[in-house]
Amino acid sequence: MKKTALIMGMPITVEIASELHEALDAIDQTFIYFKEIDKRFSTYKKNSEISKMNAGLDRLKWSKDMVEVMNLCQETKTETNGYFDILHNNQLDPSGLVKGWAIYKASKRLVSNFSNFYIEAGGDIQVFGYNNQNLPWNIGIRNPFNIDEIVKVVGLSNAGIATSGNYIRGTHVYNPITKKSIKNPVSLTVIGPDIYQADRFATAAYAMGLDGIKYIEGQPDLEGYMIDKNGLATKTSNFERYVI
Amino acid sequence: MKKFLVSFLVLGIFVLYSILLRHKLPVFSKPSSLTSASVSSKNQTTATSSSIPSNSSTTSSSPVASSPPKSLGQYKDGTFNGSVANAYWGNVQVAAVVSGGKITHVKVLQYPNSHPASVYINQQVMPYLQQETIKSQNANIQVISGATFSSEAFIQSLSSALKHAKA
Repeated sequence: MKKTALIMGMPITVEIASELHEALDAIDQTFIYFKEIDKRFSTYKKNSEISKMNAGLDRLKWSKDMVEVMNLCQETKTETNGYFDILHNNQLDPSGLVKGWAIYKASKRLVSNFSNFYIEAGGDIQVFGYNNQNLPWNIGIRNPFNIDEIVKVVGLSNAGIATSGNYIRGTHVYNPITKKSIKNPVSLTVIGPDIYQADRFATAAYAMGLDGIKYIEGQPDLEGYMIDKNGLATKTSNFERYVI
Repeated sequence: MKKFLVSFLVLGIFVLYSILLRHKLPVFSKPSSLTSASVSSKNQTTATSSSIPSNSSTTSSSPVASSPPKSLGQYKDGTFNGSVANAYWGNVQVAAVVSGGKITHVKVLQYPNSHPASVYINQQVMPYLQQETIKSQNANIQVISGATFSSEAFIQSLSSALKHAKA
């Protein structure tokens, strides 16, 4: 059972390896959950909690989810030596972390009833269990120079995979230390124990430019695949173990 | 004395680590150029002094200014052995395998493995990055990871796909 919806300004797909009617209900519930997250964290919505915070909402009135996300953002900033930074032009924008966090939360809700599924939001994916053929889910890494192509296929089960890049929405990731936008590499894919870890470290390491892959290499539970502007890929030492 | 040796070892490991991660071949090619310089040049001091700046440029690692793409394709294909370096508990020697002008593999020819501490340190130091040119793949996949596809791009792409489907 597989369904795609447009939420948070991007396509979100949930596939459950089950033909039960309950699977379809669970997918719809997942979409409702993402809409709630969007209402709270969208910087595009004037009435979202994050927009109200940027307009001066008192810290004591922040929701529990918001406090959790803000704490995680601070933690990630420290862990990445300042390369993960949600403050842009004096406005808070935690979207570099919220997507992975939301996929992770949504998958934790699903996993209590289903063991074989994935949730994908805007190219970031959490997988659990196995596909319909009882094999790890096959995930393609998109060619940043031709979005109709894939350049790598990895098999994942109980893991997260996220790609950071500037090739689709235009240049929007920049190095918070030098304040320059990232032009090279063009994409950095990170595989981690879950999508929350993969996504936040993909975002932060991408902001480090070509050194990002070395940062990923230094993290024991992360593997990475970086594609530079010349079409040359650099992979971490254990990345190949996932390649199909 | 022991403290000095330990700190020297740690420094050496960092240098080796940064060299391995930076994929800088100069460390492998340097011995030959130095040898030829000292053979051709009668003045030994010239060779020695010229080795100092090249050595410092190899080992200095500024985390911000890195430009690996510039060095692409400058290597010759083949397997190149590095010099044997003393790492206090034993010798370390690596070889770089270059294919298509890129380092595709770094082989560890020898490393200290008798002392438990050196085994532990080697596990920390020996990871390396590998490179390859990207190639389009044809495979049966369930889902794709990529930079965020906006709703607009998704709709655009979907409608173009549907146009093809109609034709």
